[in-house]
Amino acid sequence: MTPDTAADPQLIQKHEPAGPGDLPEQPLVVIEPSRGSNPIALADLWHYRDLFYILTLRDIKVRYKQTLLGATWAIIQPLFTMIIFSLFFGRLAGMPSDGVPYPLFAFAGLLPWTFFSNAVTNSGNSLVGSANLITKVYFPRMIIPMAAVASGLLDFVIAFGMLIVLMLWYGVMPTVSILLLPVLVVLTSLLAIGCGMWMSALNVKYRDIRYALPFLIQLGLFVTPIIYPLSMVPEKWRWLLMLNPLTGQIEAYRSAFFGQQFNWLALGISAVITVAILLFAAYDFKKMERSFADVV
Amino acid sequence: MKPIIRVENLSKQYTIGAKTEPYATLRESIVRAARKPIDMVRRNGKAENTKFWALKDVNFDVMPGEVVGIIGRNGAGKSTLLKVLSRITEPTTGRVELYGRVGSLLEVGTGFHPELTGRENIFLNGAILGMRREEISKKFDEIVDFAEIEEFLDTPVKRYSSGMYVRLAFAVAAHLEPEILVVDEVLAVGDAQFQKKCLDKMKDVGMHGRTVLFVSHNMGAIRELCQHGVVLADGTVRFMGDVHSSIESYLDEWKAVSEAYVKSERNGADDPKPVEFNRISLHGSDGTERYLFEVEDQIYVKFDVEINSLPPNSSLFFMVLNKERVPVCAFESEGIQPQMTLKIDNHFLVRGTYSVHSFLHAARDKQFDVVYDQVAFEITDTVTPFVRHGQYHYGSVFGSGSWL
Repeated sequence: MTPDTAADPQLIQKHEPAGPGDLPEQPLVVIEPSRGSNPIALADLWHYRDLFYILTLRDIKVRYKQTLLGATWAIIQPLFTMIIFSLFFGRLAGMPSDGVPYPLFAFAGLLPWTFFSNAVTNSGNSLVGSANLITKVYFPRMIIPMAAVASGLLDFVIAFGMLIVLMLWYGVMPTVSILLLPVLVVLTSLLAIGCGMWMSALNVKYRDIRYALPFLIQLGLFVTPIIYPLSMVPEKWRWLLMLNPLTGQIEAYRSAFFGQQFNWLALGISAVITVAILLFAAYDFKKMERSFADVV
Repeated sequence: MKPIIRVENLSKQYTIGAKTEPYATLRESIVRAARKPIDMVRRNGKAENTKFWALKDVNFDVMPGEVVGIIGRNGAGKSTLLKVLSRITEPTTGRVELYGRVGSLLEVGTGFHPELTGRENIFLNGAILGMRREEISKKFDEIVDFAEIEEFLDTPVKRYSSGMYVRLAFAVAAHLEPEILVVDEVLAVGDAQFQKKCLDKMKDVGMHGRTVLFVSHNMGAIRELCQHGVVLADGTVRFMGDVHSSIESYLDEWKAVSEAYVKSERNGADDPKPVEFNRISLHGSDGTERYLFEVEDQIYVKFDVEINSLPPNSSLFFMVLNKERVPVCAFESEGIQPQMTLKIDNHFLVRGTYSVHSFLHAARDKQFDVVYDQVAFEITDTVTPFVRHGQYHYGSVFGSGSWL
């Protein structure tokens, strides 16, 4: 279909059925084999924003149904990882932590990391899990991996509350830098959407992704400064780590929480790479999208 | 007047290879890519997979306000056509122009989540079908009313009975208000009373000037709802016209491919058999000859047997073969008469395509006449609760038993 006619919002929002007399001059939708890659139909996405909202809500509601601890899981995951890390890396290995108590340092890194890794995992499996939808109804497929990422935000907020409690415990007061937090969350979400969306599309065709994903995420934990600070890495190798878009973001989260000096270079590189990943993923997703219903 | 749907030279090709291996793994892809040049040389450059056209050069227009029935046998391309029209899958070539918003109803309850309550599922399902939130809120009471589930509104739908589930699902779908409604076999669900209600609602939809494309195996429903018909066969439009001629053309097509077995005229009956079949035909309970049945129809098999010299202990053995030519069930007569009729109970054979394997014999090794894989017939299912599972293959015959 050609995206320019696909979702003229004015025409689409008209609910009353058209009488025989008032058909639009131009077809509302033209269905044709797509040539090359579809440009991303933002208008179409916008028209289905309600579906995005409701799918996000569904994922949130369903996530902790029939669990004993419910949303406490959002805290347990980073908290216990933090305790283990503090014991082994903080205590035993004596890992430096940029002047913040190590448990706090680790938790501040684990907070966005947990959000990111859960978001990418859920998002990566989301399309395959929604096969029944994909083969039965039309809607912009991108909404599914996007909603899977968005539904993780609630967990992030809950765990953030835990961080505040920890900060008060250690007597570290938030500063004005914390106002940058929403920007960082948006950036991390975009990165998670980019990675998750691409993985989910590949997963439709290659079920290898299901196995590769947990493994990749495990590796990611070590090539991102979560256990250790970026400052620990020798200066001449830091650029390599900064190519990981999460590096700049995790460092920036810590700076925002603890009022430290921002590493603007790292954050800038991260932002550029994030946008690049997002654009590439969206482009490739649209290209693969046409065969979803036939392959899934 | 201008058509609201214009379908031009629409074709859709599927690769059969891809159907048997629904998804590849990365390794297979790499191996295949590496082997491709070798295979190409070996096969003199012929294409690798068998392809088939689910739709081939389909053309038709639908005028605003028309209710059109899409008729055809299984595999004729009906579902593919609906999937292309609802933008679920892309056509291979050709073009469709839609001059209105399309709502498609390929399955009731699409996207229902078992853990969510009825209320939550109404919004979820509505959004999936393309309704705006305020639109759903506006119709919420009407939907609940139609589904008759007020007191269970805040119960998770996994606790619903299948009847309630289907009622709720249809209620949401029935309140969609697009200009074009695409419907696939959804009337086939629920109890008779609710089906009637759905039919009325669907009629209502047609009356309000909405355009409806409707697929069903239930000719009764098609006749009642539609004014026009499009008959598909092997992916092409076989017939187009008013609904009665369309249904006739469809049934004629069935007669053409599926007919009674009639003894062929042999040159010089030099070797007369002691007993042989003259004719085997199928009939409905009203006595008319037919080869298309509903699950709830009884099937009468009529045998005309020519008896020249009746061997002792001979009998007629009759089997129903399924599409894979596997015998599903067998019946044996006591003795042989010139006219015999066998009644196969309704609600016994599941939907599918069958044929007949029948012989006259005295013992297993002494067969006088054999009719194998002839008299094809089809059974459709639009009434059992299994229907809501779509094309799921639910066995060879209906289970005999009940839950205690």
